[in-house]
Amino acid sequence: MMEKVNLDGAVVNRIRFKLNGREKNLDVASHENLVDLLVRLDHFSARESCGQGLCGCCTVLVDEIPVSACLTLAQLVDGSEVKTAEGLAPPGELDFVQRAFIEEGAFQCGFCTPGFVMMTHALLKETVDPSETEIREYLAGNLCRCAAYPEIIRAVKTAARNRPERTEKP
Amino acid sequence: MNVRADTANRQVGRSVPRLEGPEKVSGRASYVHNMSVPGMLYAKVVRSTVAHGRILSIDASGAFEISGVEHVFTGSDVQKIVPDPYFGPAFHDQPVLAIDKVHFVGEPVAVVLARDPYVAAEAAQQIWVDYEELPAVFDEVEAMKPDVVVHDELKPAGTFPDLKHLIGRRNTNIALDYHLKRGDPERAFAQAAHVFEHEFRSQQVMHVPLEPMVALAVVSHDTMTIHTASQSPSFVRTEIARLLGWSENRVKVKVPFLGGGFGAKLYIKLEALVACAALLARAPVKLMLTMEEQFYTITKHASTFRIRSGVNSEGRLIARHCEVLWNGGAFADIGPRVTQKSGFTAPGPYDIDNVSIDSYALYTNRPPAGALRGFGIPQLVWAYESHTDMIAHELGVDPLAFRRKNILKGDRPQATGTSMKDAAVEGVLERIAERMDWSGKAHREPSGPGKRIGRGLAIGFKASIAPTTSVAIVTVSADGSTILQLSTVDMGQGSNTAMAQIVADIVGVATEDVKVVTPDTDVTPYDMATLGSRSTFHMGHAVRLAAEDVRAKLADMAKSVGESLATTERIGDLFKKKYGMQAGNAVGVGTYIPEYKSPDPETGQSDKITPFWMIGGTGVELEVDTETGKYRILRMINAADLGTPLNPKIVESQLSGAAMMQLGFTMFEEMRFDGGQVTNASLADYKIPGIQDVPQTMENEIVEAHQHNGPFGAKGVGESATFGVSPAIANALFDAAGVRITSLPITPEAVFHAIRAQEEGAG
Repeated sequence: MMEKVNLDGAVVNRIRFKLNGREKNLDVASHENLVDLLVRLDHFSARESCGQGLCGCCTVLVDEIPVSACLTLAQLVDGSEVKTAEGLAPPGELDFVQRAFIEEGAFQCGFCTPGFVMMTHALLKETVDPSETEIREYLAGNLCRCAAYPEIIRAVKTAARNRPERTEKP
Repeated sequence: MNVRADTANRQVGRSVPRLEGPEKVSGRASYVHNMSVPGMLYAKVVRSTVAHGRILSIDASGAFEISGVEHVFTGSDVQKIVPDPYFGPAFHDQPVLAIDKVHFVGEPVAVVLARDPYVAAEAAQQIWVDYEELPAVFDEVEAMKPDVVVHDELKPAGTFPDLKHLIGRRNTNIALDYHLKRGDPERAFAQAAHVFEHEFRSQQVMHVPLEPMVALAVVSHDTMTIHTASQSPSFVRTEIARLLGWSENRVKVKVPFLGGGFGAKLYIKLEALVACAALLARAPVKLMLTMEEQFYTITKHASTFRIRSGVNSEGRLIARHCEVLWNGGAFADIGPRVTQKSGFTAPGPYDIDNVSIDSYALYTNRPPAGALRGFGIPQLVWAYESHTDMIAHELGVDPLAFRRKNILKGDRPQATGTSMKDAAVEGVLERIAERMDWSGKAHREPSGPGKRIGRGLAIGFKASIAPTTSVAIVTVSADGSTILQLSTVDMGQGSNTAMAQIVADIVGVATEDVKVVTPDTDVTPYDMATLGSRSTFHMGHAVRLAAEDVRAKLADMAKSVGESLATTERIGDLFKKKYGMQAGNAVGVGTYIPEYKSPDPETGQSDKITPFWMIGGTGVELEVDTETGKYRILRMINAADLGTPLNPKIVESQLSGAAMMQLGFTMFEEMRFDGGQVTNASLADYKIPGIQDVPQTMENEIVEAHQHNGPFGAKGVGESATFGVSPAIANALFDAAGVRITSLPITPEAVFHAIRAQEEGAG
């Protein structure tokens, strides 16, 4: 990481990281958070809503760990691999978690949905067949004001059933 | 994608997955939140720090010391382009930026523009405003007296005939007084065997859409485009054009998907400020509120409801008087409509011959209140259904039996004189009773010592907002593919999908093949607004008419080329025959406004007050810990009458979502104030329901009741499941612990104190 000062007088650092599998190499200002950086790179699925890391709308995976992008300083992802909802499947395609959310109708306005989808990925990586209690505990940090929670619980179960490594087995 | 005379699989009534699903789950759906244009400036609002005061001076010099600040504007700058810069749907009481006076903590006083949002935010902190503080009034009961007056003079917008008598009225905080009288309440009260009187209060809460309110104005030479997260694009266009003195066609309002609305994004909110700032700066201006700022922008009315009932010796309700005070905050917004449109249902779904209602919209020095999912109904049901249970208990009658005896049955008229036709009041009550096995004795056992189980139920009802207009356009292209243009805003309720189903059913295509054009006022026709569960009915009819119109035009086209639509295999062939190649369009238009009769100004009577009624009810089983006051909802049953559901799966999602939202307003949500300052304006201090708050068991019941005048027998559904939640919980707590809570929210502390007070009273 190299530190310098840009034209506006802000301290900037050059960082390198992977975003959905692609190398990025750019300057970020010291005050920029990860949502700002993603927006700058035309990635809009992580959304700043509460700005306090309490709603989960900005959840992304950094080295496979779910984080609140609004509380993550952009320069801290230097050397990391960042994954957002846009990167789960090639454009025009959907992965098994996204398909499960559609199948179960697990969203209304859709603003919080990418956060829930990313959290579901993290959960299913840790737990093969989460129980309803485990799902509720794991997703307790994500808010959905439309309250599509019953449908989200069903979607997580459906996704667990349909995960590729399970369905591809003979 | 071919138009066929008849389609084997009906599209209406199918649980079609939401059309926009792939965009939403992949994070690619379009929201104004994500939008930017070249040269765009970010706006940050400087807000009042006092609840009521005169502005003595504004010193913005500090802001310009911060590098990157482009402009600072105040109310006097706005007046250079808009001489009378006051807006609002019912009253023109809201200045674009404060002029001379401020009316609540958080009122916009100045705006800073910069290319970098962080620069704008920092500069906004460097603007110093001096105020002469004035006495303030915060409570709706106190606001009835003119000791402190929020606005010097009332300025009704003129769009509502029933507000005309308020023009120029001074020395009052009453923005609307609404009265209804039916029968002879005085005489009936005198004859009653029992009279019961109770007072209930509800608290101020906020919608908390997770996409905070946002608007972006882009100015061209003599036109303007406003991209806004709004539930009412047509109204925004009209109001911006009025403010600027422009014709409507110079203002284009575009709305993509909304990240939640719930009534917060109705009428006009941030649009006037971004429009004026963009005109003054001659640059695109985007204003994105923070979560905190939303609490200063629009809220739900706090209320005080005094209700008195007379019951005869047979246990029949014979008289009821309702006095409702609505705390509207500093600007009326749509509060006067809440006061009237909800006010007339204040006596509840009961067959009472003698009724009087006095309902008052009040200005106070709190953040403005407007529409929030239910439009005042949840506040009313909270009171009348708690009151109903209290009467039953005092009479020693089972609460369900008391309701059965007094409920509006069949086509009986409600307090306004309008019949309850097609409203399943009894059906909803009986469904809840059946699901709860109310008459059965098989109660659950408490989970431990000090715990008690209780159950409660409640039902409420709501009118639709009438008379309002919707227009829709359906276009069939020369290859036979279909496009629907409408200004209904899909904010998560699934309207795009449901409306496409109507088109598909009539035109004879699959729903998934109907392209829906989202609101763009240059392209999509007028719609009053997406509010009050009106879209399914009003826009549903307009879409139906437009689809029928286009079908008729296709039939004419077929005839003109010697064919019959019924036997045409591919609709594209008709266009080829007609125009010699793949060319042309068939365009269908539909306009709908329901029948309506204004209530008599003296008595509030009208036999056509609403085109349809919505009935909703809730049954609750809970367990309360009498040591701590903490309670858990074990089971919650939400029932609503729905006409015929267009899309059952989306409908069910609406029911549980609405009930969960009201659960938050019942159990914990509350805006707290200190001297007019909101002290918990963030999700750290203001909790909304999370996944752990979903009751152990939640059941959603659709009580089908064909709406004879609805599109495909359907009616609205977005609010119905909110109605009964609060009183059902209060009634269940009484059943469990013998304590009666009359003020929302019902926190564990409130239950704990009530239990202790009861013990002390008994000891």
